[in-house]
Amino acid sequence: MIRYFKKQNFWFVFTPYFWLVLFFFIPLALIFKISISVSEWGMPPYRDLFSLSEEGFKFDSTLSNYLFIFSDPFYIRSYLNSLSLAFTSTILCLVIGYPIAFYVAKSQANIRIILLVLLIIPFWTSFLLRVYAWKVLLQGSGIINSILIHLGFLTEPISMLHNHYAVILGVVYTYLPFMILPLYGYLVKFDLNLIDAANDLGAKPVNTFLKVILPLSLPGIIAGSMLVFIPVVGEFVIPEMLGGSDKLYFGKIIWDEFFVNRDWPVASALAMSGIVILVFPIVIFQLMYAKYNFKNE
Amino acid sequence: MQNTILRMNKLFFKIFTLVLGFSFLYFPILTLIAYSFNDNKRVMVWKGFSFRWYKELFQNEQILEAFYISIKIASLSATFATIMGVMIGFSLTRISKIPARPFFIFLSSSPLVMPEIILGLSLLLFFISSNHIIGFPSSKGQLTVLISHITFSVAFVAVIIQSRLSSYDKNIEEAAQDLGTIPNMIFWKITAPVILPSIISGWLLAFTLSLDDLVVASFTTGPGANTLPIVVFSKVRLGLSPEVNALSAIIMLIVVSAAISVYFVNRSNIKK
Repeated sequence: MIRYFKKQNFWFVFTPYFWLVLFFFIPLALIFKISISVSEWGMPPYRDLFSLSEEGFKFDSTLSNYLFIFSDPFYIRSYLNSLSLAFTSTILCLVIGYPIAFYVAKSQANIRIILLVLLIIPFWTSFLLRVYAWKVLLQGSGIINSILIHLGFLTEPISMLHNHYAVILGVVYTYLPFMILPLYGYLVKFDLNLIDAANDLGAKPVNTFLKVILPLSLPGIIAGSMLVFIPVVGEFVIPEMLGGSDKLYFGKIIWDEFFVNRDWPVASALAMSGIVILVFPIVIFQLMYAKYNFKNE
Repeated sequence: MQNTILRMNKLFFKIFTLVLGFSFLYFPILTLIAYSFNDNKRVMVWKGFSFRWYKELFQNEQILEAFYISIKIASLSATFATIMGVMIGFSLTRISKIPARPFFIFLSSSPLVMPEIILGLSLLLFFISSNHIIGFPSSKGQLTVLISHITFSVAFVAVIIQSRLSSYDKNIEEAAQDLGTIPNMIFWKITAPVILPSIISGWLLAFTLSLDDLVVASFTTGPGANTLPIVVFSKVRLGLSPEVNALSAIIMLIVVSAAISVYFVNRSNIKK
């Protein structure tokens, strides 16, 4: 370990340290504080907002916001909806993304770079606009309806928007690059001779895949799944643009609780319980990730 | 013979997968671009080719102002985030004595996985209470959006820099030190050139993250700080907007030209 900048070390470490404590850690602590202790929070900027909600909810005890959330099936259902959306779309992204990543990684070097650029372009294109694109496509007068009618599958346009299938489609579409790129990163490092070796030794293609390719790409699978699953749990934009009233999701509930109901304590309690729920997958993913990275070295 | 058929099958399956996969990725974007030239207020009913929506887009003061604000915030945010991201990456890989090191690691990696909605909510509540206690920030606006964007971008830049710094051979630095090079010189002559590509890609990622962010900006924005995603979202939340189609086409054009130039820069580098 080299001793760089003996005097400047202090600023090198403490500028970002201080920034993150101030603008990341303290705000999170503040959410926690607001979610459990409302009575101290009657300052002028809040008072008028609070009086709106105080009619409906009591804030006598410190845990009342949490009790309120977990006694109302409405909130629990939205949690479960978000978790099931995240789970379904992670699996779908993996099933769709794996073969793409595999074949891109296995292509010849000059074709591979072009394909990689083609994979990165949607990743760079605005997220909001990619979701909007599906809103345009799925319209009653949209192109998918026209094609299906033209092919004779439909006789008249059906509404494909505003249901949870549209949400799953939107999520899979926008998060697919997050799955493909880490998978590609692991598959491209992988020695193709191993496949030939397995084949030469008489392994069936299925076994080559299950016993050679899959275990070696497992860290990529975990990284990709983490990058899809965790943000999708808090996803707000896609359900708002493509979803309907058939299923409500966690992100939308926080948003509405804050902006529509103006109930900041309940919104904070929801956010805190969201963090608690996400701690599990984050820790599991990171432990597995660390284990496999360690194994490879 | 059987081998050839097997190989043909494999090749067919490969091409089939790639064509299907890339069509899925590109079909929606390309349709949007095609319909941006549609001379009809009803987005999906084709009437004729025209640049009408591009003209209206460039006359739309609200979108133009939002675009300007977004670019300004994104470039400032990317610059500050890159400086601090380099500091973090450097601290974690090269400086051993950091007080509460695990806490520092937690702070610099958690924004990566924190859902935007929770980040936005926490920052808004923080800005309001700090305004109440010390009077800063005096109001929500471009400054609060900028601070928020720096905060979540730092983590992404730090990861990129960190992985580069930990993967390259530290012995070069140590050799330079043994040869009596001043630590400052080691940084500028050896470490900085090695991590420069990572610094550039970190800056670009931070820029894109800021330009793309809707949720955190919606929470922390105030009067006079409507960023492009906020304006676009308000336009398309309930319906379709032909101007947004035109905007998508322009953004795609920028992204594709950036990608092509990166491709050619890399290719000429490889040739060297």
